[in-house]
Amino acid sequence: MATTPSPGPVSIAVRGLQHGFGEGEARKQALFDVDLDIHAGELTVLMGASGSGKTTLLTLLGCLRGVQEGQVRLLGQELLGADQATLVRMRRHLGFIFQAHNLHDSLTALQNVRLGLAVHGAAVSGPWQAAGEHLLGLLGLAERLHYVPARLSGGQKQRVAIARALVGNPDVVFADEPTAALDRDSALQVVHLLKALGRERGTTVLMVTHDSKVIDLADRILTMEQGRLVDDQRPAARV
Amino acid sequence: MTGAGSATAVARADAWLLHALERLLGRLPIGWLQLRHSRARLLSAVGGVAFAGLLVLMQLGFQGALVGSIALPYRALDAQLLISATDMNTLSDASPIARARLWQALSVPGVQAVTPVHLGRVDWRQPDGSLRTLDVLGFEPATTPLRPASIRHQQAALAEADTVMIDARTRGVDPARLRAASPETPLVLELRGQRIQVAGHFEIGGGFSADGYLLASDQTFLRLFPSRSAGAPNLGLVTLQPGADAATVAAAIRQRFGPADDVKVRTLDEAIAADQRFQQTQRPVGLIFGFGVVMGVLVGIVIVYQVLSSDVADHLREYATLKAVGYPGRFFLGIVFEEAVILGVLGFVPGLLISVGLYAVVAAQTGLPMALTAGRAAAVLVGTVLMCTLAGALATRRLARADPADLF
Repeated sequence: MATTPSPGPVSIAVRGLQHGFGEGEARKQALFDVDLDIHAGELTVLMGASGSGKTTLLTLLGCLRGVQEGQVRLLGQELLGADQATLVRMRRHLGFIFQAHNLHDSLTALQNVRLGLAVHGAAVSGPWQAAGEHLLGLLGLAERLHYVPARLSGGQKQRVAIARALVGNPDVVFADEPTAALDRDSALQVVHLLKALGRERGTTVLMVTHDSKVIDLADRILTMEQGRLVDDQRPAARV
Repeated sequence: MTGAGSATAVARADAWLLHALERLLGRLPIGWLQLRHSRARLLSAVGGVAFAGLLVLMQLGFQGALVGSIALPYRALDAQLLISATDMNTLSDASPIARARLWQALSVPGVQAVTPVHLGRVDWRQPDGSLRTLDVLGFEPATTPLRPASIRHQQAALAEADTVMIDARTRGVDPARLRAASPETPLVLELRGQRIQVAGHFEIGGGFSADGYLLASDQTFLRLFPSRSAGAPNLGLVTLQPGADAATVAAAIRQRFGPADDVKVRTLDEAIAADQRFQQTQRPVGLIFGFGVVMGVLVGIVIVYQVLSSDVADHLREYATLKAVGYPGRFFLGIVFEEAVILGVLGFVPGLLISVGLYAVVAAQTGLPMALTAGRAAAVLVGTVLMCTLAGALATRRLARADPADLF
């Protein structure tokens, strides 16, 4: 029988989070009273239909928007009332994997990955290159280090984007359908990598996905409906 | 060098440039990489900047030629002070003054000599029917109002009636034909209905209002311009005694002239500066050149803005991604300014090279003093980079549209 590992410290604590868009009568409420604790090292999947509020939640937890109402404590930093500079600084502790790879078409795979590290003030030369090469190698791109995106397949581009998000050793990774462009093997490879990061470094992963391959490996599955968190399951605990 | 060899050399140069920029910026030179990636856009941008730079360099060249050509005849005058009518703006519009004023000036301590000079303008019809405009300086042959030794050496010939010396750099006339003129083999001209013989030459060079100069005795001058009076020259050239201070003597002359405002006394440098200022700011030709510089800068700004603005628009999602990663706003400004400076420098070089050739062509065709000085080239380089930076600053407004929240 599998034992449930003891959860790490809380990385993200959300209390009474509300968020809306627009003003006056045109205002549309996207989140209602969300309460949530996510622990370090957890791979959490966020599910929900389009318009359920998961993207809004992701952008708020990822410091991409200012918190309007409620409390969000990310890595010990309260985000309610945080100024833009604080949000930018906090984002340097985070990794983002978007549905679109958004790679610079003029930069090689290694140079794109390097951008994920240079934000931390990595020197022009030094260990960054080894870190980037290692990560790209882990993602099966050792032979494509100096290829520009135009010479990479869709899946390869997405893996470069994943490497860019992870190379800076982020404390929390926010991902939006990161495996959508990947084949089954590559998708599993990426999810195993993310889980390994959680296990070895305590990296927290919050991922929006509907990919069953990923959901099967998640530590926790959250479901949202109409701006509310309606379900919270821990598959391993169920076992 | 073989094709493969040259490709290797280009690759090496590219790697070296990348490394140098990386060292210089302390980061990946994303701006350069983006520009290099879109070759067609890079070429059109460099072409646009080169065109703008060329336009500015040419206009500045013309403006410099205007300023330089204004100074040429003044610099040929052997005097420290100039007495002229109060309304004189340029040599060609100096009204006559009373000769008595020159006698007054001569009595001022520190003044060694005051030489009257008459100024006039004649048209010289060429065999092909075209006209050359010549400014005529008339003076007593016994005096030496002009500095070049070549003039002094030959000016005795001016004592002959209806004899002149001609500017061998007169625009549109074969200089060899003018240089061949001598008392023994004079060149005969018809000026204002009179036969005039050229017995020697000198070199000043034409400007924007006249093609060249003629030197004549005061008697020949008065025959060419019968309405003018020997008692009313246009200029008084004042030479000072050794050691005399020009400003002090000028003040003393003004005091001697008293409150009457018919004449003014200036140092040669003051007169040159005032003439140059007048022609640059009051005459259409000067204004047009100034306007041309502004137009060149505006063309450059528009072209570079279009290029950088398109570049920013094309990379909004990538920039938004980097914003999400935690790059501050100044990082993106740095990329745009990096592109702007690179475009400025890359565009300046071909513009400079083309202008060197065009300066030579214009100088040969017009005789104007077109000189591309290192100072002007450096100023245009700095101006081009600033122009591109300003365009870059305008283009950065689009960066605000890169919102990382839109990426999810």
